[in-house]
Amino acid sequence: MIEARNLTKIFRDSKRGEIRGADQVSFRVEPGTIYGLLGANGAGKTTTLRMLGTLLRPTSGSAKVAGFDVASEPDRVRAQIGFLAASTALYARLTAREMIAYFGRLNGMDERGLRARIGVLSEELDMGAFLDRRCEKLSTGMKQKTSIARTLVHDPQVMIFDEPTLGLDVMTARAIVQFVRECRGRGKTVIYSTHVMSEAEKLCDRVGIIHEGALKAEGTLAELRERTGEADLEECFVKIVAPGARP
Amino acid sequence: MNGRTIATVYLKELKDTLRDRRTLISMIVGPALFMPGLIFGMGKAATVIVSKAREEIPRVMLISGEDSPGIRAELEKSGKFRLEPASADWKQQISEKKVRAAAEIPPGFEKALRDGAAPAVTLYDYQGELKSGLALEQLRNFFTALRERSTAKLLADRGLPATIARPFEVKEANVAPPEKVGGNLLGGIVPYFIIFLSLIGAMYPALDLAAGEKERGTMETLLCSPAARTDIVLGKFLMVLTGSLFAVFSAVASLGATLFLVVSSAGPAAKGDPGLFSIDPMGIFGVLAMVLPVAVLFSAVLFALALFAKSLKEAQSYVTPLTFLVVVPVAIGVLPGIELNFRLALVPILNVSLVCKEMLSGVWHWGYIGVIFGSTALYAALALGLCVKMFRSEGVIFRT
Ligand SMILES: Nc1ncnc2c1ncn2[C@@H]1O[C@H](COP(=O)(O)OP(=O)(O)O)[C@@H](O)[C@H]1O
Ligand SMILES: [Mg+2]
Repeated sequence: MIEARNLTKIFRDSKRGEIRGADQVSFRVEPGTIYGLLGANGAGKTTTLRMLGTLLRPTSGSAKVAGFDVASEPDRVRAQIGFLAASTALYARLTAREMIAYFGRLNGMDERGLRARIGVLSEELDMGAFLDRRCEKLSTGMKQKTSIARTLVHDPQVMIFDEPTLGLDVMTARAIVQFVRECRGRGKTVIYSTHVMSEAEKLCDRVGIIHEGALKAEGTLAELRERTGEADLEECFVKIVAPGARP
Repeated sequence: MNGRTIATVYLKELKDTLRDRRTLISMIVGPALFMPGLIFGMGKAATVIVSKAREEIPRVMLISGEDSPGIRAELEKSGKFRLEPASADWKQQISEKKVRAAAEIPPGFEKALRDGAAPAVTLYDYQGELKSGLALEQLRNFFTALRERSTAKLLADRGLPATIARPFEVKEANVAPPEKVGGNLLGGIVPYFIIFLSLIGAMYPALDLAAGEKERGTMETLLCSPAARTDIVLGKFLMVLTGSLFAVFSAVASLGATLFLVVSSAGPAAKGDPGLFSIDPMGIFGVLAMVLPVAVLFSAVLFALALFAKSLKEAQSYVTPLTFLVVVPVAIGVLPGIELNFRLALVPILNVSLVCKEMLSGVWHWGYIGVIFGSTALYAALALGLCVKMFRSEGVIFRT
């Protein structure tokens, strides 16, 4: 379960002055569902998700993740989440196994539990062939699998994905999308950001459209279509973020 | 604070670092080769240069003195000089190293000498130039010997004993123990390199573990874990400190091994040589103890700079000036004649350099040692506190 209430993040930039990275963002994600955060580059997706992941502190507003407050109990929040972003890289000189084990230990797992867990993850993600190869030597697909295993090692209830398919080839991206669906199937609470309409259409139970830091519209895909009178999600999106624009 | 998390982070960083060849070179191989190489290389080069210079028979010029052929003949007979014909541009010839030195013999010198009223002989050299200096020394020796012979002859002619000119002798003897002499030579330069290596050893791990992680995107991955920020930063810091201490210990160990090999292969004769090989062994431990807070201080300062930087390149641009900032006080400490006093004991780095020099020569001013250790430890703690504070600040970690 994720509950965001008026989450706001103001950045102070020496050149650009005050930037509202996120502006009064409120939403709720239930277990066993995928919430899509849809927005263009610079809309505020990463900022919002980083606040949920306690990497950034909200300027105002609050959020609860798996029952813990992001501002007052950040370490406990992080113990409940798996955070995967295009920017969360692997340690090049560690092997895939060492990478997963490191994050297991940081999550306080003991060595026996960790060994068993790595066995399970390696089986599920079919990582046996490269588990003991250094991350720098892995293909993009293998790297993604390793990152996924890293986010899952402590079996978190909540998964946060920040544009996880960015820059990946079609097959790897499909595998990720499939994996996100599986997370929902296991009853996890999933939030997924993207700027790709088709991904949101394929995956998400509910979608929030974010623009210039603010959530402009929110609902199931059917609700958004009904609200804008457009069948195509791209048209819905354009109508919501730029109401005056003519096609 | 959770010791287990700190250990987890530290062990991961240690493994990661040991797999990086560049870090290994900067931390272990470089320092191990550097110090003995430099000290012996420099010592050897200096010996070779000076002995080569001594082998040369210097060209010298006699200016005037045509009416004193005896002097010229004696100079030639000594075999220590090659006399060049007198020339008006002698000054220029010395500058251009065509001749090494010149001696001006005043007119009527030999006659005046017989009468017991000779005017001064003037020697010319190019000060600071090694070979010119050596030529001057030879000329001075020659004329001093000539003067003594003349004195003895004058006294003998008058039937007086030679001791009348030298009623007593002046002798000099060294009372400093051999380690004191060794301490002054090696003592100046060893702490210099040890302090410097404690900086160099910390540099690469600091850059890699802070700015490098930001640049490669693993910092964000790490921060997603539930590990407390303080534990992560302490684990990383310990690795940076390890780099610093590795560099120091591998340098000291290799220097020790080299000295041991040289002394044991040279046999008992070298053991009596106070120049290089006899320093107070307790002094080495003293230096290592003093370097500990310095290593903590350098590690923390480098780590803080590298944390602030967004990229390795930016971090390097902060670290390079820091290197110069450290070289200056350390180099001042090496200068002969600079002695520790209460005011200097408060100047960071310089104080350590000076107190190490003392300890290696067997002098232990416990009051200063306490003040210096304490103040350096305090600076180090402040710098480490700054690292922790910075690491907890999202403005630093996600700086754009
Ligand atoms: N650390 C920061 N400092 C200043 N401005 C920032 C920072 N991070 C993000 N921003 C700004 O906040 C806005 C939202 O950025 P972001 O959340 O990264 O968007 P998205 O992920 O949707 O592309 C952008 O205008 C971006 O430039
Ligand atoms: Mg983004």
